[in-house]
Amino acid sequence: MMETIGTYAIALCLIIGAIFSLVGAIGLLKLNDSMTRLHAPTKVGTVGVGALLLASMIHSWVFSDGSFHELLIMAFLFVTAPISANFIAKVNIHKRSCETPPSPPRDATWGTLDVPAEDRDFAPADHKASS
Amino acid sequence: MARALYWLIPHPFLTLLLAVVWIILQNEVSAGMAVFGLILGIIIPWGTSVWWPDQPKGLRLGKFIIYALIVMWDILVANVQVAWIVLTKPNDKMRPAWVVIPLELKQPEAITILAGTITLTPGTVSADLSSEGHSLLVHALDTDDPGAVRDEIKHRYERRLLEIFA
Repeated sequence: MMETIGTYAIALCLIIGAIFSLVGAIGLLKLNDSMTRLHAPTKVGTVGVGALLLASMIHSWVFSDGSFHELLIMAFLFVTAPISANFIAKVNIHKRSCETPPSPPRDATWGTLDVPAEDRDFAPADHKASS
Repeated sequence: MARALYWLIPHPFLTLLLAVVWIILQNEVSAGMAVFGLILGIIIPWGTSVWWPDQPKGLRLGKFIIYALIVMWDILVANVQVAWIVLTKPNDKMRPAWVVIPLELKQPEAITILAGTITLTPGTVSADLSSEGHSLLVHALDTDDPGAVRDEIKHRYERRLLEIFA
């Protein structure tokens, strides 16, 4: 009985996780701006991977000794996902590949744009020369 | 006594966290593993304390747990919303916008948690911090009213973080 319920719960979690991961991938392909493209994988990824990990956890508890490793994976994922998103956003701002953000109300400028004048031109010429 | 304890455990929460992570990593709860986890939890913060400029003054754990639960619920709702927007809304109808959030939070830890929360929840990604750290730049996927997004973040998350790190 327990194993039947467990099997169905695992199947449900796998389907939910797969659907959300698929939506994340579709979003990455469909959205056309470098900043909006960032939204699909960062958010949809968390529940997608979360549901898959939940399935793995149910499986280990129902069919064997049980495991908490998935909780750790989840915690590390939640801590690191915003950082990578933040870095990609910073690169977009630095390369001016998105709309320039409005200037902040109290400070001089945004952290990423706060560079010496001679470094301000991101040099595409160098890239062309090297490639 | 208190001073000796402070010297030994400069970051009590970090010590506890490292011990718990170690026990989960072993996948079995036994006294030996708990003790070894505690030893790691004392040695690692002690050895790296040079790189911790100052510890957060206080952290209200009860309020923090409530905050974490609210955020998790928001993440679930946000996922469904963003999935719906991605699947049904054509690209040219999308209205992405920059949202500037003036910060009342001062501690770097609190600002980090706020930025992480914003990235994980409804259609927003935190992109940058102003040069002196007084405002946060957020990108919204699809919004009519950037002001409303700003007010919601300030009311729902920053107000609670101000209480947690009071």
